[in-house]
Amino acid sequence: MYSLILSTATRAIMPLMLVFSLFMLLRGHNEPGGGFVGGLVAATAFSLYALAYGVERARGTLRLDPRLLIAAGLLVACLSALLALPLGLPVMTAAWAPEPVVVVGKVGTPILFDVGVYLIVLGVTLTMIFGLAEE
Amino acid sequence: VLLSRPACVLSDTRIPAANDTLRTMLLAVLSGFVFSAVAPFLFRALGRRAGWIVALVPLSLTAYFASFAPQVFAGEAPRFVVEWVPTMGASLSFRLDGLSLLFALIVVGIGTLIFVYAGGYMGDDPQTGRLYCLLLIFMASMVGLVTTDNLIALYIFWELTSISSYLLIGYKHGHEKSRKAALQALLVTGAGGLALLPGLVMLGFLTGTFEISELLQHGEAIRASYLYPAIVFCVLAGAFTKSAQFPFHFWLPSAMEAPTPISAYLHSATMVKAGVFLIGRFAPALGGDPLWNVTVVGVGATTMVVGAFLATQQSDLKSILAYTTVMALGTLTMLFGIGTEGAAVAAALYVVAHALYKGALFMVAGAIDHETGTRDIRRLGGLRAAMPITAAAAGLAFLSAAGIPALFGFLAKENVYLELLVSPALTAAAIVANVFVFAALAAVAYSAFYGAPVATPKRPHEVPLAMWLGPVVLGVLSVLLGLFPFLSDRFAFAVLRTLYAEAEPVHLALWHGLEGRYGVVLTLSVLTLALGLGAFRLRAHLLGFATRMARVYAYGPTRWYEAGLAALMEVARAQTRVLQNGYLRFYLLTVVGVTVVSAFYVLATRMPGAPYWNVADIEIYEVLLLGMMVAATIFVVRAESRLTAVVGLGIIGYGVSILFLLYGAPDLALTQFSIETLGVVLLVLVLYRLPEFIRASSAAARARDLVVALSVGALMTLLTLLAVAQPSESPLTRYYAEASYPLGFGRNVVNVILVDFRGLDTLGETTVLAIAALGVYALLRLRIEREAPPRGVAGQDDPQ
Repeated sequence: MYSLILSTATRAIMPLMLVFSLFMLLRGHNEPGGGFVGGLVAATAFSLYALAYGVERARGTLRLDPRLLIAAGLLVACLSALLALPLGLPVMTAAWAPEPVVVVGKVGTPILFDVGVYLIVLGVTLTMIFGLAEE
Repeated sequence: VLLSRPACVLSDTRIPAANDTLRTMLLAVLSGFVFSAVAPFLFRALGRRAGWIVALVPLSLTAYFASFAPQVFAGEAPRFVVEWVPTMGASLSFRLDGLSLLFALIVVGIGTLIFVYAGGYMGDDPQTGRLYCLLLIFMASMVGLVTTDNLIALYIFWELTSISSYLLIGYKHGHEKSRKAALQALLVTGAGGLALLPGLVMLGFLTGTFEISELLQHGEAIRASYLYPAIVFCVLAGAFTKSAQFPFHFWLPSAMEAPTPISAYLHSATMVKAGVFLIGRFAPALGGDPLWNVTVVGVGATTMVVGAFLATQQSDLKSILAYTTVMALGTLTMLFGIGTEGAAVAAALYVVAHALYKGALFMVAGAIDHETGTRDIRRLGGLRAAMPITAAAAGLAFLSAAGIPALFGFLAKENVYLELLVSPALTAAAIVANVFVFAALAAVAYSAFYGAPVATPKRPHEVPLAMWLGPVVLGVLSVLLGLFPFLSDRFAFAVLRTLYAEAEPVHLALWHGLEGRYGVVLTLSVLTLALGLGAFRLRAHLLGFATRMARVYAYGPTRWYEAGLAALMEVARAQTRVLQNGYLRFYLLTVVGVTVVSAFYVLATRMPGAPYWNVADIEIYEVLLLGMMVAATIFVVRAESRLTAVVGLGIIGYGVSILFLLYGAPDLALTQFSIETLGVVLLVLVLYRLPEFIRASSAAARARDLVVALSVGALMTLLTLLAVAQPSESPLTRYYAEASYPLGFGRNVVNVILVDFRGLDTLGETTVLAIAALGVYALLRLRIEREAPPRGVAGQDDPQ
């Protein structure tokens, strides 16, 4: 089921969506957005790619197995929770860098946690969608 | 509670000036877990020599714990606390009193020898890395269990020992017998653990503290409470299953499927004593009441006699040792149940004596098996010439077990007898048990090594240093501690003081003269030895008895276990047939139906005021939006193809998103938009696989569905209107709105709640999400692999 219009449009739209998903992730702390929505948008981008070019090419573009993303996301989220321990603080205490970083904005463990959520949501959604589409 | 101390506030939850001892204590307990991750790589790099290196972990822990001895002997109990969730009273606390120190030293001390031994025993078995890893996890759990001062932490460590024991018994998981034995041990000890949990929770809530050292102060209140019998039942259920007390003893001999280093460590010296430790730990609070004392003494004494008798019915070296271990556990339980100061001292001595000689005998049994290729006592003999060091170590261990004077076992048994004198029945039981054990162990230590050499499957040689070091060290310790009883005085006193704060100092001696009770006890010891020798001579008859009694034994507790398991499976199958019928529509009907009925019932009995009703507020765009959604709903219901139904559902979903947007919830709207989009994609992918759509349901069924659907719609409408009518001034909302920027550094309150204020919830939810994805993946793979031939482990099964 190859569609020239869809595949051509996808080439332009997919990178935009991915950038948009990162934008969502990073602005989340102050404006509407966040890791959950960001992950969903990124997953939509890859789903679109899978619809246009097939799952195999979508997997190739993603490079990583979506299940790896789940694991990485959980790891990042847990890590952000545990970062407070060496500082002598209870688990999950937020720690923030004193100065904001260019583009990213303020940096702190909650942002890292949100990155973990982003990765988990992306991985979970793609695991299901790729799995179903491939069967 | 939550408002005053949210988990993320930076200022007031700092650990109060963490001192260095605190950190080392945490490190000491957790080091086993940390090194368990490294051990497999160490084995890959070093091969069979890795055992020596891994043994450095328990060795340094031994030194660490021993360094606390002066403090503990002086009557102090160093306590280390890491506040975790102070508002909920959850803290990770450790406390080293005499009892803890005794068990901790046994665990890490014997552990050191076991790791060295395992290196020699396992040789180049490629799986040994896993063995070290699991053994270290077990050791760390055990150390945690005996040193923790918190009930919940105690429970977690307790379960960790059960789980690591399960994995270790099933070490040779290619063999069906190993898997069965592992599962049996897990189910029995796990069931006990399940009973223990409510017991601990009741204790915690009854006394208002989850710190063990504090709640032990409330003994009288606990015993006076109406919950006392329930607590005793729960705690003892946990202790009895773990320590293999009759009638739960059967899992221990089955657990001998594990490689010998595991049997020696877990199922003789340490883990099975956890139950005894638990009884000792709570005796100051729960003891002193006939309910406790009679039960504990009764079960302990029964176990002691049954275990000892069954030991004489075995011909397998490890089975003999397993049943004599059951006997020893029974003795220990009985001693802790008696509840006198002398009994506590006797128990402390007996714990050590048993760990020393039984650990050694197990390692000897492993060495024999390793060298000859058989563990059948009837096919062994005259090994002394080939294995002189092992024979000497076995001899020392046996003499200590038999209670020959000047060995530590003698000291322990003298003290046991001394305490039992009050009851002729218990004295008789103990003598009978010890006579049987003498006969059974003599078979291991004497028959295997003396007499005429017997041809064995393999030609025996002396074992390497790594394998005789453990038994020899333990044997020498038995001699040293036995020759110089005063070495144990202060330790025994420290243990005694954890149970009886006002106890008098202990003075142990080899020779007390012949007057009074001491004369009687010495006579009993001599009598035991004489009868034991007699029983050993009659051993062949005792073994012959076993074959004749086999049909009776077949109706023992193992049979009960199997019948219980089968019944459980049958119940599970029956309820699965009824509840899990496989029709999604029935699940949905059940869930929705139950919800609607119960919610309406609650509303009918307790209506919380009138629902919100103000038609004048409705705007024209709201009417249009809702009209579109209602139209889409009708379209979905009446759709003739699934694809159009999905599109209709999409319209409803986007309508909801617009509603969110209109009412100032852009975050929700965004998420809803994305979810709807992905939902449509997912549904389309699923629809691909479905057969063509037909209307198979009857008119009646559709009418039923309509009623259910309408009632749930009505319920939700009513609930929403009721909720809107309630004043929404929740302090929580205001708090989050105000604290979001100053505390969470974010202006998006929703996001700050998700990633910071309630970050733990999010972590839990995302974990669930991840597991759900793995479930979906597994289901999808399962269907794919069903077409391919299955790749199981069936081929690896043992032919037996």
